[in-house]
Amino acid sequence: MERIPILKMGKFLLVTIQVDLYDRLALALEEDLVMMVHKTGAKGVLIDISALSIVDSFMGKIIGNIAAMSSILDAETVVVGMQPAVAITLIELGLPLSGVYTALNVERGMALLEARMPEETGNDRDNDDE
Amino acid sequence: MTSNIIADLQSKRNIILENWIAQRELAEDFGGNFNSTDDLKTQSAELLDILLQTITSQNINDLYSSDLEPLFDYIGGLTVSRAKQGFSPRETAVYIFSLKDALLKVLGETISDNRELYTTTLEVSKFIDNIGITSFETFIRGREEVILSQSDEMAELSTPVIKVWDGIIAMPIIGTLDSARTQVVMENLLQGIVDNESSIAILDISGVPAVDSLVAQHLIKTVSAIRLLGADCIISGIRPEIAQTVVHLGIDLSKMVTKATLASALKYAFAALQLEVRRVAKEKSNL
Repeated sequence: MERIPILKMGKFLLVTIQVDLYDRLALALEEDLVMMVHKTGAKGVLIDISALSIVDSFMGKIIGNIAAMSSILDAETVVVGMQPAVAITLIELGLPLSGVYTALNVERGMALLEARMPEETGNDRDNDDE
Repeated sequence: MTSNIIADLQSKRNIILENWIAQRELAEDFGGNFNSTDDLKTQSAELLDILLQTITSQNINDLYSSDLEPLFDYIGGLTVSRAKQGFSPRETAVYIFSLKDALLKVLGETISDNRELYTTTLEVSKFIDNIGITSFETFIRGREEVILSQSDEMAELSTPVIKVWDGIIAMPIIGTLDSARTQVVMENLLQGIVDNESSIAILDISGVPAVDSLVAQHLIKTVSAIRLLGADCIISGIRPEIAQTVVHLGIDLSKMVTKATLASALKYAFAALQLEVRRVAKEKSNL
């Protein structure tokens, strides 16, 4: 069975979804990712979904789950590169992904995570741009 | 109506035409819209010829028969051209209905048997009435096409994405925000964010006449979608009346950044991007 690669970049994990995500693949990703966060002690997870053009409510739920699980394991989740059509679909499905951070591209997502790293003090999203 | 009578009418075409024109010239509503009575004569002659050529003893009672199509096409064209010349639909209808009088007058002279005259009269009036209705339908259809194309144009024109600064785009919304418009606004704005790699989008609603709970819901949706892309949204141009309505309706906009004017929204955006606007030193400027 094919799996989505999870790359380790310093303190963060990078997941780039390049294929259409079907339900079992998504569930496998969820499992692998939580395992990797636990194993590496990563402080942040970047999920790049710029190649993803179709989402359904299940996918939205999985992304929400991954964020919730990572935050229990003390890692922030940032979803980057969402397509406009995907964003509209998620909103229309009533899934605003409240617990998840978002960024326009991997670079900015990385900057956002870096900015949140030193100490997680109050200045929430003010430093997300270089 | 027998084919004899139709042949009779065809032979008396000139008399009918004269009757008709004379009647139109006497009528009060025959305004100055025609340049001369010649125009009226040519137009009426064409219409009468087509009518007398297409009408048969069968299709006078069957309006959907296909051999009447040239007549209805001509009526459609006539209605459009008269509408362009400035005739009201009433004037056009009266013009068509007056053909009935001219026809009936000739029929009265031709047919001696009362019963036959009665049935023929019924048939002819029904036929002419339907021509009048066709003319009206054409008129209304023309109107509706104009309205539809105008609303399409409005939807396209009214949602431009403006690049205000590197990383800041703005979209002014003019007019009511309904579901269809929100869809267009959302799509354009999100695409604009992706195209410009903007991290801040300003949605200016100075031109929105009223905000009700539906419009507010649309705004909230748009803001959430923008957040999903990884950008921030500022709603600006909130007029005092709108602030009042929003609070009275109990709509919670506290999760959004709202500013009274576009200027203050821009100021906020600059601060978020750690940019600063400063006045340059005096000696440098000639102003």
